[in-house]
Amino acid sequence: MLDVLDITKTFNAGTVNEKIAVSSLSLHLDAGDFVTIIGSNGAGKSTLLSAIGGSFYVDSGRIRLNGEDITFVPEYKRSKGIGRMFQDPLKGTAPHMTIEENLALAYLRASTYTSPFSRVSKAQREEFRARLAQLGLGLEDRMKNPVGLLSGGQRQALTLLMATLVTPKLLLLDEHTAALDPATAEKVLELTRRITAEHRLTCLMVTHNIQSALNLGNRTIMMNNGKIVLELSGKEREGMTLPRLMELFRERTRQDLDNDRMLLD
Amino acid sequence: MLLITQTALELGFLYALVAMALFLSYRILDIADLTTDGCFVLGGAVSVTLTAAGHPILAIPAALLAGACAGYITAFLQTRAGVPSILAGIITNTGLYTINLMAMGWRSNASLLGVNTLFTMLRERGIGGDWYELLLAASVTIAAGVLLYLFLGTRLGLSIRATGDNADMVRASSVNPTFTISVGLCISNSLTALSGAMVGQYQKTMDINSGTGIVVIGLACLIIGETVLGRRTVLKGVIAVMVGSIIYRFIYAIVLSTNVVPIDCLKLLTAIVVALAIAAPTLKQWALFQKRKITARKGDD
Repeated sequence: MLDVLDITKTFNAGTVNEKIAVSSLSLHLDAGDFVTIIGSNGAGKSTLLSAIGGSFYVDSGRIRLNGEDITFVPEYKRSKGIGRMFQDPLKGTAPHMTIEENLALAYLRASTYTSPFSRVSKAQREEFRARLAQLGLGLEDRMKNPVGLLSGGQRQALTLLMATLVTPKLLLLDEHTAALDPATAEKVLELTRRITAEHRLTCLMVTHNIQSALNLGNRTIMMNNGKIVLELSGKEREGMTLPRLMELFRERTRQDLDNDRMLLD
Repeated sequence: MLLITQTALELGFLYALVAMALFLSYRILDIADLTTDGCFVLGGAVSVTLTAAGHPILAIPAALLAGACAGYITAFLQTRAGVPSILAGIITNTGLYTINLMAMGWRSNASLLGVNTLFTMLRERGIGGDWYELLLAASVTIAAGVLLYLFLGTRLGLSIRATGDNADMVRASSVNPTFTISVGLCISNSLTALSGAMVGQYQKTMDINSGTGIVVIGLACLIIGETVLGRRTVLKGVIAVMVGSIIYRFIYAIVLSTNVVPIDCLKLLTAIVVALAIAAPTLKQWALFQKRKITARKGDD
């Protein structure tokens, strides 16, 4: 499914601010894998996701998706098959376009057989309404409202729906609940759980919440200094507790797990 | 009075195409496209030259194409060559001056006296009676408006709208902003050129300087229309540019016939109105802040 082979990315190379964000990292995901990623501040979690999503090209290494080498495929072409969500709820939707128009764009851009001049049909609009109703936020009755009127949580839920409206090959979630209040965050996480299970999505999720990292998905990786230091799956992951995980991290890296947002939770 | 109304409506519809172009470039794509002035003359020059050569119908698609080319050059400069968007428009605009002279046969004006135009063709066939000019002007502009509205609901149209609305979103969607900006500017400039082409045939003359300030007038029409109709939806926006443009031409006609202010002052007035309208949100904020400061000071005493 997804193969990340020995990738390295250095920011500001050759300056005093040089930062090796990801260093010789390899990762393999099978179809249907839901991998959660945790790690200290600056561990390279977001960089890894951005590299896969195509926000920049990696300095070395290869990225393959479904057997296709996408290392040098530009971002806008990659995103046809990759759904992405960011921490900032404002990044995923167009505020002056209506909910329906946002969904129409998400639907048309990701569908395989559409011409630049294709429009959404009435039947598709009804389907959007049904999918919105499943979010349980009452958005189905506000389809003609501009997205700018929605709250952060509503926008993030809508973005999640847009990213998965046409089943993507891969879903990248970069702390997509971090900017929401705890109750809303829980709701969006629940939606994530439901939608990914329903469509058997292959998914990579960065989170600072260790508990949800262990609860969601089937694998968890821990990153530090641009490398994967710990990988959990199966029985070992099921029996994992927070203190045990902190301890494991300390053993592997000889340092404490420091993530300011983790501590605040 | 009837003549004034008729003329105002005719010019209102013809120049509404410029406002429509600015609706697309300025409102939807969020780009101040200064190609407009030169592009208007380009459309007029191409149209008048072809009409003089006996091809008034061919003149229209030719002008559209010429406008699209001008738009593409501006788009190319800003998306691929890294020229700031305002400068890109100014550069194209400057270059167009020579192109426009060339298109008019190296003369600074061209006239169509005694030549068949789209308008005279209608009159000869007796279509539209005394209102044939308005009929043609209105149908061309309304048709362009309907097409633009329908286009903005397609995948490409929605992508163009998203490009101007949320750059972050577009980068993570499979939308190539270079492409959408190019298409958007090609379309908006072909609308501007269409306006020039129609105005050229309507007035039976084109002057190399007739485009000066047209971008500001277009913005004024856009703002007037949006003030009257609001600016929430695309449909409203498309209608608003026509309404705004007609209102502007009525104001123009009234000023012209009553001489409240000399007609030569109208450009200055337009510029002031546009500047104030665009500055309005900032001015409002400043006024609110001053008010807060004064209330806070009063509290201290």
